[in-house]
Formats: sequence, C-alpha cells, structure tokens
Amino acid sequence: MSTLTTNYLAPSGREEAWRFTPLKRLGGLQIPETSTTSEISFTVKSGASSQVVFKEIDSADLTPSYDSDDLITKRVRQEVARTSLLTIAKDAELTEPIILGRYCTGKPQVSRLVIEAGVNSVSTVIIENSGDAQIGEEIEIIVSAGAKLNFVTLQEWSSDAIHLGQHHALIAKDGEFNSYVITVGGSVVRLNPTVDFTGEGANANLFGLYFATAGQHLEHRIHVDHKIANAKSRVNYKGALSGKDAHTVWIGDVFIHKGADGTDTYELNRNLLLTDGARADSVPNLEIETGEIVGAGHASTTGRFDDEQLFYLQSRGIPSELARRLVIRGFFAEIISKLSNETIEERIMDRIDNELSKVGV
Amino acid sequence: MSELIVKNLQVSVETDAGSKEILRGVDLTVKSGETHAIMGPNGSGKSTLAYSIAGHPKYTITGGSVTLDGKDLLEMSVDERAKAGLFLAMQYPVEVPGVSVSNFLRTAVTAIRGEAPKVRTWVGEVKEAMAALNMDTAFSERNVNEGFSGGEKKRHEILQMELLRPKIAILDETDSGLDVDALRIVSEGVNRVKANSDLGVMLITHYTRILRYIKPDFVHVFANGKIVEAGGPELANKLEEQGYAAYTTA
Ligand SMILES: Nc1ncnc2c1ncn2[C@@H]1O[C@H](COP(=O)(O)OP(=O)(O)OP(=O)(O)O)[C@@H](O)[C@H]1O
Ligand SMILES: [Mg+2]
Repeated sequence: MSTLTTNYLAPSGREEAWRFTPLKRLGGLQIPETSTTSEISFTVKSGASSQVVFKEIDSADLTPSYDSDDLITKRVRQEVARTSLLTIAKDAELTEPIILGRYCTGKPQVSRLVIEAGVNSVSTVIIENSGDAQIGEEIEIIVSAGAKLNFVTLQEWSSDAIHLGQHHALIAKDGEFNSYVITVGGSVVRLNPTVDFTGEGANANLFGLYFATAGQHLEHRIHVDHKIANAKSRVNYKGALSGKDAHTVWIGDVFIHKGADGTDTYELNRNLLLTDGARADSVPNLEIETGEIVGAGHASTTGRFDDEQLFYLQSRGIPSELARRLVIRGFFAEIISKLSNETIEERIMDRIDNELSKVGV
Repeated sequence: MSELIVKNLQVSVETDAGSKEILRGVDLTVKSGETHAIMGPNGSGKSTLAYSIAGHPKYTITGGSVTLDGKDLLEMSVDERAKAGLFLAMQYPVEVPGVSVSNFLRTAVTAIRGEAPKVRTWVGEVKEAMAALNMDTAFSERNVNEGFSGGEKKRHEILQMELLRPKIAILDETDSGLDVDALRIVSEGVNRVKANSDLGVMLITHYTRILRYIKPDFVHVFANGKIVEAGGPELANKLEEQGYAAYTTA
C-alpha cells in the first residue's frame, strides 16, 4: 500500500486528453489521495513453458523505457510497488497462447506489467480481465528485433468496473506487433494503446472491437509515433453502440515526424449505432512532417443499420432479429477473424449476442 | 397449386418533396407453372412492384391488395412473406460484409424450411446447385455478394431460389448484365426449378433474348405505374420492334 499526497495525479477536467471522459465516475482513480493497492492480480492460466518466465519484481528494479505524459501512467509509476514481468525467450516459437487472467474485486488498484518478447521470438499473449475493478494500469510491451507478438486484451469486466490505462509498445527493427483490444464490459474503460518504433522495418497492426450498451463509456485513444524511417502501421477499430447514454470515444493520433521517410500508415474507425440515445465520438488525426512517405490515410464512419442489408436477409426468410445479429456479427467479423483463436472468437460473439438480446436488437 | 393475386395495387414513396405516387393500380395474377413477363420503360415502376410485393420498407402501400394462396401478404413481415413461398431475385443484390455465403444460405434455408438441413446432405446439395449454375465452390467462403461481378450476383440469386424452393418467384432483370453463356445457364436454372416444383414466375425484363430460353405464357406491358396491355409471347416481339412510344405518349 502506498498513499500519495504530494502530487495530484488525477485528471481535473481541464486537460484536453480527458475532455470526453466522465470524471465523476472514476471512483478512487479520480481522487489522488485515495490509497491504492498494487497487489499483483495476474495468474498464468495457460501457455507456461520453459521459454516463458512470469515473475514479480520490485518496481524500482525495472525502470520504464519510455516517457509518458499520461496522468494514469504517471500515477501508476509512483504508486505501484511491484511490477509483473513476462519474458519470452529469444528465438522461442510458441504455438500455444500465454493467457494471463485477472479477476479484480473493485478495490482501487494500480498495476504495471512489462512484456518482453525476445529477439526473433513468435508468441501470443492474451490478457483476460474480469470482475469489478477500479484499476489504473500500465503495460509496457517490448517487441525485440525480428520478434512477432500478438497481444490480445479482453475487457470483459462486470458492469461497475473502472479501467484506465496505457498499453505502450516499443517495436524494434523488423519486429511485428499485432494488438487486439476487445472491450465489451465495464462502466468506464479508457485505454491508450500507444506505439513507438525503435528500428526500421517495424510493423504495428492495431485492431479493436468495442460494444457499448446503455450507460457504458468506452474510450480508446490510439497514438502511433513514426519517428523512424520505413515503419508501417495499420489501425482498425470497430464499435457498436446500443441503448441510452452508451458512449464511445475513439481517438486516432498518428504522427509522422521529420526523417520518418518511407512511412506507411492507415487508420480506420467504424461505428454502428444500433439505437437512438447512443453517441460515438471518432477523431482521426494525422500529422505529417515529411513528404517522403509510402502512404498515409485515415477514415472514420458512424452509421446506422443498413436497411438494404436487413431487407435482403429478411427477404430470404431470415427473421429481423436474426438478420440484425448476422449484420452485426458480419460487421465485427473483420476484426474477430484476425484473432485466429476460435474459442475466443466464439466467446466474444456470444457475449455480443447476449448483450444484443438484452437490449432487444 | 399456388396463386399470387395483385389487385389494384397503389404504392408511393416518401421523398423530400413529399409523397410520390409510383404504382397506380396494378392488377396481376400469377399461378403455379405460369410465367408472366413484365416489360416496360425505365422508371415505370417495375422494381417498385417487385419490392412492394416482397415488403421493402421504403414503399408505402396506399391501396389495393396482394395475396398468396388467399393469405394477405401485405400484413406479413418480409421474412414471413418469404416463408409463405415468395422469392425476389433482385435487380441489384445487396452486399453483406462479413457474412459468408455458406452461413447465409444455411441460415436462410433453416428459416424457410423450419429446421436446419441435415449436415450430411446439405453440403452436397449446395455443391450440386452451384455446379449446375457454373459457380465455383470458392464462392461459399466469400461474403454475400461482396466483390461479386454483376453476372455472379445474378447467379447467386438463382442459386438461392433453387435452394429455397419458393412457390412464386419474381425475377427483376435477372438477365441484365449476363453474358451469352451465363444467360443460358441462369435460364436453365430457372427452368429446372420450374420443372421440379411447378414454380410460378414473374419475370421483369427489357429484352426478348431471355424469353427465348424461359418461355412466357403471358406478356404484360408496364407503363406509368400500371399494366397497360397484356397478351401472349408475340407481344414481346412487337415491343422489341416498336418500343413503348405507343404506351407512354398516349
Ligand atoms: N426515393 C425516391 N424519390 C423519388 N423518386 C423515386 C424514389 N424511389 C423511386 N423513385 C422513382 O420511382 C420510379 C419507379 O422506379 P422503379 O425502380 O420501380 O422503376 P423500374 O421500372 O424498375 O425501372 P428500371 O427499368 O430502370 O429498372 C422512378 O421514376 C424512380 O425515380
Ligand atoms: Mg427496375
């Protein structure tokens, strides 16, 4: 336990980065004096092997390898006594995913996890979040040269959970980072997936899926920094919203700095509004300081059900409720199918079906 | 023996400038085994007729009735109409992203037949129907109509008709965009279903060439929102030679 009274590391409401977030609903994470626990709550559910090491260390023994201006990250760094470290050995080729489960109980909590994918390793790490959390977290992901890491984080929280965090990836030369951020549970979830390239030929694919029902606030703020030449990034987040005051926020910041010649980037966000009373904010933002790039673009759409699609399916005898589910499943299929894990695909689709039947879509 | 009866059907669409009348009293009866060709100028309301019978939400029925075997189709939801035995092959089939053809076909057939098809026979049934329409089985794994060429979409419509076994089918310009071979293959598909199930067909077309394959029993001239003349197959040839001037300038 640590108590913080010196610095005020909580959003005040004046910060641009917090302007969409409902600060009143952040519980202890909004009040800097709240004492937090940093008990480690991860368990390795599967995927343990001789090439995988998971341990807890003193946070002081592992200094962060990047600077963050995120308030929550700063607070986590100040308050977190113990850090979880997951290391995947150099050259390891893991076929089974490493699953880290985390069940939280609603106490104000800070968490720091560092994942190091060794040189030329190939692996998949899945984080399964459930329970009732009030958690501020930082995940630092180091993708070493030539490594390929699939990183999946599932937010299947119960309906009162608060989850604020930053997931920062540093991708070295020829490294490949594929991230899948799936957010379906929680009261307020605000995640910042951020990427820095540290070597040429690095590649980041950031996928996301979110589904907000009445009263849920789900926010994803992506930030990709192209400072290194010849790196590639793709961002594709898809969300559906249903019910009164369902609110999603998607921010896609991509910066191509001077000298990042040969950059290739594209970011996309699509939102499907299933009912009235829901709101999707979508703000793509691309800044380019060099002309010598391969490509850079973005697109953002927010729309309703396509009546023509529904009519087509119904005209083949498919009842309207099932037709809607097919269309929604189809909408998300592009993201889900990339997970290449049938168990998880089915679980997420089932969860979405459940939510849909609750709201009568 | 089935019977689709359209009586004095009047339909309008809502536009920014208010409601616009499109169908002005259509009368038509299609029975099992019969083929009715509907020919008429662009914009005369042929697709509106097809969509209105199938229940597209864009159209408002302002008068008249449509029944299938005595049951009021206009009271039914879109899927209920399909279950009652109606099929519409669309002029512009719709793309459904993320939904595979195989999933779509299976879901539709399950809905229409009231039970899931037997796994053992189903795969073969689809394969056979695709082969008969000269469709590569790879289409099963593609998303519904996504990236299909115009002709591929039309074959896919007829594939659905074969599997769904309707009583009455409305084919809205199924021949448009087909090359010579595809026209023959698709026509053979329609004739096969007719032979197997005594299907009644309402065939909307601009060209007589499809009528050489699918022989109409009746030809109706459609102009300005209604049927203005009806006759036998010879009427189609007359239309091809003389056009619609006689019907539209009157
Ligand atoms: N939303 C709308 N607003 C205004 N007019 C409309 C609207 N929808 C349909 N129409 C008009 O209704 C008329 C009938 O259209 P329909 O598609 O039924 O014609 P069609 O006979 O099938 O023509 P084609 O041979 O070109 O396929 C057209 O003039 C069309 O412009
Ligand atoms: Mg038409």
